[in-house]
Amino acid sequence: MKSAVTMTVNGAPRTAEVEPRTLLVHLLREHLNLTGTHVGCDTSNCGACTVWLDDEAVKACTVLAVQAHGHEVTTIEGIAANGDLHPMQRAFHEHHGLQCGYCTPGMIMTAIKLVEAVPAPSDEEIRRGLEGNLCRCTGYENIVAAVRAASEVRV
Amino acid sequence: MIPREFAYERPESVADAAGLLRSHGDGARVLAGGHSLLPMMKLRLAAPETLVDIGGISSLRGITDAGSYFEIGALTRHADLAGSDLLGLACPVLASAAAGIGDPQVRNRGTIGGSLAQADPHGDLPAVLVALDGEVTAEGPDGTRTIPARDLFRGFLTTSLAADEILTAVRVPKAPHSTYVKFNRRAQDWAIAGVAAVVDGDSARIALTGVGAAPVRAEAAERAFWGGNAAEAAARAADGLDPPSDAAGSADYRRHLARVLTLRALEEAIGG
Ligand SMILES: Cc1cc2nc3c(=O)[nH]c(=O)nc-3n(C[C@H](O)[C@H](O)[C@H](O)COP(=O)(O)OP(=O)(O)OC[C@H]3O[C@@H](n4cnc5c(N)ncnc54)[C@H](O)[C@@H]3O)c2cc1C
Ligand code: FES
Ligand code: FES
Repeated sequence: MKSAVTMTVNGAPRTAEVEPRTLLVHLLREHLNLTGTHVGCDTSNCGACTVWLDDEAVKACTVLAVQAHGHEVTTIEGIAANGDLHPMQRAFHEHHGLQCGYCTPGMIMTAIKLVEAVPAPSDEEIRRGLEGNLCRCTGYENIVAAVRAASEVRV
Repeated sequence: MIPREFAYERPESVADAAGLLRSHGDGARVLAGGHSLLPMMKLRLAAPETLVDIGGISSLRGITDAGSYFEIGALTRHADLAGSDLLGLACPVLASAAAGIGDPQVRNRGTIGGSLAQADPHGDLPAVLVALDGEVTAEGPDGTRTIPARDLFRGFLTTSLAADEILTAVRVPKAPHSTYVKFNRRAQDWAIAGVAAVVDGDSARIALTGVGAAPVRAEAAERAFWGGNAAEAAARAADGLDPPSDAAGSADYRRHLARVLTLRALEEAIGG
């Protein structure tokens, strides 16, 4: 019942043998060892599993690996350039936008797309844009501060 | 959580998809954005033997301006509806409802066809289609038919689509004075209640979500509106409703929301 899926992951072509029921997040974590993408709720709510599919933020626990066949996937491991953290990663670091770090990869993947779509977001727009990402630790204040700071770097 | 095993098909045309649905019988289900079906499969609330993934049929995607109405492909995603300037101006009820669905990641996957076929009693787009008096095209192995909104929604997660029919397109009239207002308490949540309002001169069409097994047309409110009386209409918006009581709110609370949200929606639709 297994079939081969091929996709570009973080810029490189990857192939794996999976069952149709394998979720994209399990393909990434268990077949490709990209464990930066987390599973929080597994019920499509928390956003910890957020990756980019064809350059758009999606919840990888709610996409089948076979649905990503032939497409392009980017994970948290794929956003630093030549060893330099992405400005959003740096902003989370500098503004203490994390405590346990469980939600952080998903937050960052969503936040980068948020800032691309709305270049100078208000705090309200940041909170709305992160509606699909839950954090049990920080109370969100420093996450919002980090995204605001990263958006100012880009301007 | 992992779904039960299933076979996976990825047809390249609607005709092939309909043929697969017929040959696999009751065990087959269409997969569009997967944002209702996959969560149900992971919870084992659904266990189809075969998934017919229509995601690769690119002709089912896109918004076409057809003069007095829009023709929208079934695979057009919530994000496409919300981001469409065309809809924002000429059919704001659809654009605003889509913009409030779930969260950005959900809107990047979920589709209009999937939302209508799912017929969730708390879904936003079924009420929008009813308020707009829109219609859908259904294509099956025996041909193509048109289903008006009033005949599409049959009850809890139930539509009049046959098991081997594919919803291919949605047609909605232009309705520049229209809006959708939903109320929930938590980020990213479904509507406790929601109101789609379409104002056309002296008359209004009003449909509610979250207050029954399927979208409800607020007919008493529509009659009371005649000539533009939003306050009178809102006062009648809960007439005849029999809403559910659950953890999100009591039946009385939902009646209250129906009235308050109808007023907000009508005032915004008239102003817009
Ligand atoms: C966290 C979360 C929050 C959400 N919040 C909301 C919300 O606030 N409001 C809201 O309205 N929705 C909400 N949704 C649901 C979302 O809008 C779904 O995308 C939608 O209900 C189903 O669309 P889909 O394309 O994902 O369909 P799928 O999940 O692929 O399919 C749903 C059903 O429709 C059938 N189907 C799909 N397409 C077709 C077709 N073209 N022809 C025939 N049958 C078809 C499938 O067989 C299945 O039975 C939420 C979902 C999640 C995960
Ligand atoms: S693990 Fe995917 S949304 Fe929570
Ligand atoms: S930092 Fe712990 S969940 Fe967000």
